[in-house]
Amino acid sequence: MARDLNIRFLHEHDMNSKNTLEMPLSPESRVRGQAARRARRVVEALIVTVLGTSTGITLLVTAAILLVLGVETVQFFRQEEVTLREFFFSLRWNPLLGGEKHFGIWPLLTGTLLISVIGLAVAVPMGLVTAIYLSEYAHPRVRAVLKPALELLAGIPTVVYGFFALAFITPLLKWLHEGFNSYNALSAGIAVGILIVPIVSSIAEDAMRAVPNALREGVYGLGGTRFDAAVKVVFPAALSGIVAAVLLAMARAVGETMVVALAAGSTPRLAYDPRLETQTMTGFMVQMAMGDVSNFGVEYYSLYAVAATLFLMTFSLTLLGAWVRRRYQEKYE
Amino acid sequence: MNDRSGHPLHPLLADPALLRARLRPAAGRHRRERLFYLLCLAVAGSAVLILVLLFGTITIMGLSTLSWQFLTVPPSPSAADSGMYPAIMGSIWVVILAMLAALPLGTASAVLLEEYRPRSAWIRNALHVIELNITNLAGVPSVVYGILGLTVFVYMFPLFDGSGKPVVEWGVRYYDQFYNEADTVLLVPVSSLDAPPVVPTTGLQAYDANYRPVTLRVIGPDDPWPEDPERARVTLRSTDMGGRISEKSWHYFCLPFGRGVLAGALTLALVILPTIIIAAREALRAVPDSLREGSFALGATRWQTIRRVTLPAALPGIMTGSILAMSRAIGEAAPLIMISGIVFLSNPPRHLMDDFTVMPLQIFNWAQRPQADFHLLAASGIIVLLVILLVFNSIALFIRQRYQKPLS
Repeated sequence: MARDLNIRFLHEHDMNSKNTLEMPLSPESRVRGQAARRARRVVEALIVTVLGTSTGITLLVTAAILLVLGVETVQFFRQEEVTLREFFFSLRWNPLLGGEKHFGIWPLLTGTLLISVIGLAVAVPMGLVTAIYLSEYAHPRVRAVLKPALELLAGIPTVVYGFFALAFITPLLKWLHEGFNSYNALSAGIAVGILIVPIVSSIAEDAMRAVPNALREGVYGLGGTRFDAAVKVVFPAALSGIVAAVLLAMARAVGETMVVALAAGSTPRLAYDPRLETQTMTGFMVQMAMGDVSNFGVEYYSLYAVAATLFLMTFSLTLLGAWVRRRYQEKYE
Repeated sequence: MNDRSGHPLHPLLADPALLRARLRPAAGRHRRERLFYLLCLAVAGSAVLILVLLFGTITIMGLSTLSWQFLTVPPSPSAADSGMYPAIMGSIWVVILAMLAALPLGTASAVLLEEYRPRSAWIRNALHVIELNITNLAGVPSVVYGILGLTVFVYMFPLFDGSGKPVVEWGVRYYDQFYNEADTVLLVPVSSLDAPPVVPTTGLQAYDANYRPVTLRVIGPDDPWPEDPERARVTLRSTDMGGRISEKSWHYFCLPFGRGVLAGALTLALVILPTIIIAAREALRAVPDSLREGSFALGATRWQTIRRVTLPAALPGIMTGSILAMSRAIGEAAPLIMISGIVFLSNPPRHLMDDFTVMPLQIFNWAQRPQADFHLLAASGIIVLLVILLVFNSIALFIRQRYQKPLS
């Protein structure tokens, strides 16, 4: 606030040249001074224009995403083979193979949800317990090791997790139980889960550290243990941040691409058996990008329809997360 | 029973058995406390364990096939002779170009959002919308950016026909290439890729294999072949057919961009733009206001303050943030697979429009093959990628430690 006021004051001061000291200047130098001031003002305006244009580009990117996905999705529904009814109610997704083509989004959608749910089932307990540990229990020295380890996990490229799923998790699952396919939803889901643990833990930890110490001290004063403080007081107090963390992690899991493209397989199916192959929306997009598909066929436009569905899902999850954080945030001043 | 001062003792203290019974819940609480602590340790330990397993698997698989040759040769159909040279060069091209595009844009946006407080409520609201928008852009899956890049950069959809073929070109020459009976190459320049084929005629200007200008001599299909080697060198028969070739210089440029380096780099720039803006804003916010106020008090304008005071003070933070964004860009595969697809390349990119592949895509390509040999190559590729990321992160850490002096 103070900064705001000061700047405004200085700014007005600059504008009102009447306030400057009257000095015995020659007329020429006064003219020169005015010219310099005007030049400076022009430069400032120019700079603001340049900065504003750069900032405006971010809006342009969003507009371009909406426009491209919107226009091409409309094109998709204009094709003869496709109807809105089929897209939303058909249970088969079969756009590539010759003969009978089917464009029901449900198999891809359930595949995406299956893998996201497995991912969240791994990441939410792990991430939240890690967050509680880091924020409430961990000795600074343990923190100094664990935090960078989690950041390291967050910085590893997703294709590496895909490879890990294929080369380690899948063989492990097959060894535990013979029913697992070489490409299966569980393996990809676990890898996605590992991938989003750092998102859950870091956002949830930030939310829990923002809870003031007075609340914890209150619990101790009533004879509570650290567990009571962490789980019964700090956790509920930070719940808005924790829910936001889970929603963001879910958005990330839904949009995760390389892991599912490598480990989940490429058969879209409407099944909930995590031992079998499945395909997500992102997996389908990669499959399309790898094959030589013409630029105008119905398969090509189906890419945009799937991308639009994916975008709508992640966009609403992100918005919901931001809204929960703002709406339900407990304020302690 | 009374205590020393004569007051009656509290009944709990009087009966040890009752006291123990009352305290038991507390003991249970402490047991729960200890159990939960152990759970915390186990979970935190499993995070570290996963990291160890991940690195262990990759190291064990990848070290055997990692060699100097792996870094310097192109991929090949046989696993033993494969390397990732074109992918490494492709990553360098794409990431540098993406940073060149995203860093100025991102820093400029951050400066506007952090340093300017517009007085008009309307503009303030607009900036607020932009802030929200940046947060949302950061949450858009990168594969969606790939679709955007495919449409906007590769095909430039509304402007061109959507086939992705070059329509407007600079820095390219087309030739019809002839081989004569003396086995020399003769190149006849033509105007475009679709120009009608050249019919050899005497006196036509052509080039030899070293691009030295020569004048063609044309003889009939049944005429005797000249004895003189100098004449034979520039002689063609009138029935000879040429093949169309193109010669693209290093500054070759075309519209639409096609599935080339530039389209990939611009797409990647869009992916990392929100990250850079957020990092640069944090760095600018960490500069104490006293510095700005000092500058204003000395009569500096807003821009002078930004250029001479705020930006230099925030530079280490901005650099740290951009290096981290760069390591994100190096590992990003999903948007680039939409742009370039999986291509088999034996050369690194030579110009902005050239086909390319990057390290994560090469790794993906190897990992998805069924043969185990290629999985080992994928692991070796991952080691190279992780080492590069480690170097980047160390540089970022170094800058943070070395240059980020407390300013307030």
